Amino acid sequence: MENVILYSGIALAVIMAVSLYRTVVGPTILDRLMGVNAIGSETTVLLIIIGILYRKVDMFIDIALAYALLNFIAVLAAARYFHKKKGLYDENENKDR
Amino acid sequence: MIVLTVIVGLLMAVGLFIFLTAAVGMIRFPDFYSRLHPAGMIDCMGVLLTMGGLALFALFDGGISLASFLNFAKIVLIVVFIYITSPTATHAIIDAGMRAGLQPWTKKKDM
Amino acid sequence: MSDKNEKNRSVSVDKDERRLKPIPFAITFLVMFALWLVLSGKFDAFHMGLGVISCLIVAAMSSDLLITNTTFSTIPGLWGRFLMYFPWLLWQIVLSNIHVLKLVYSRDPLTRINPQMVYFKSRLKNDMALVTFANSITLTPGTITVALSVYGDYAVHAIDDTTAGGLPGDMETKSGHIFGE
Repeated sequence: MENVILYSGIALAVIMAVSLYRTVVGPTILDRLMGVNAIGSETTVLLIIIGILYRKVDMFIDIALAYALLNFIAVLAAARYFHKKKGLYDENENKDR
Repeated sequence: MIVLTVIVGLLMAVGLFIFLTAAVGMIRFPDFYSRLHPAGMIDCMGVLLTMGGLALFALFDGGISLASFLNFAKIVLIVVFIYITSPTATHAIIDAGMRAGLQPWTKKKDM
Repeated sequence: MSDKNEKNRSVSVDKDERRLKPIPFAITFLVMFALWLVLSGKFDAFHMGLGVISCLIVAAMSSDLLITNTTFSTIPGLWGRFLMYFPWLLWQIVLSNIHVLKLVYSRDPLTRINPQMVYFKSRLKNDMALVTFANSITLTPGTITVALSVYGDYAVHAIDDTTAGGLPGDMETKSGHIFGE
């Protein structure tokens, strides 16, 4: 019964590694921000899986709720910060700016 | 019990497949604005399906009691919260791109 | 002071802003207390007493933030119509998910997709209806609201011709119907 949850958690960790590609490589900073947002949403699910595996669901659900809140606030603040031109230039093409 | 296993496994499998689709789409699509469309799939369908499976597991595993019902309600609360905040976050990111002057990728006419 | 007199004053005019209005206060208190019960999970007298005290303080400070309108008779119908709207929205989300999924796994996605900006003007007047419509557009994959003005001018980024073609569509009338338009 719990093997289903365990294998789902392992698969989710692999998928998060695939999502990490856009965060590491992404040409602009906004791409990285989008990758971080996607990984944060997946982490919310992974936290509940960990809670079920350790049989402490009631504690880990609160952590997941706080993580979802924190993810939203972080993305909002970073998006407001990069409103200006500085977040955009492609650092692979023109390094001298 | 075997019915619960099958249902939870099916929901988790479809949700994880949508997560994988979103990750692959974020790699394959050409520019920032079009990559945001697969990234939106995570917050809509993937979180709903996987959280639905986990909520059913938390409700029915070890018998229905008050504590398990509270766990179920909290997971539903997380899904509702994500559904409220995800359009706002997506709009904040795409608005930052538009204000900074990043031009959307369009298909070449003479191709 | 009688309760009925308070209610009439709070419904009629917003003359005294600092005054605590009973109906928004009660609604805020009930929402906060339900949230407290779900998150705490302890039902003995001590913890529920703590919950009542903190919810009273929070509701007294922020009751004018959660409930802003002054007519309360429309709220149950509003939530009823919204709960009727939500399954339809979920079905639309499933359909457009399948569409974007086909695009992602197609052999050459650069020829299948055609990203474009769509500009249109909505006929909706209510602010909440405009925001609900914009959030519904963003929530369905394939279309993202870029800009929205108070007069109903939308700028939407769509990923290909199919999602761009079905844009104002059925969703506008349905989300306007929630708020009685």
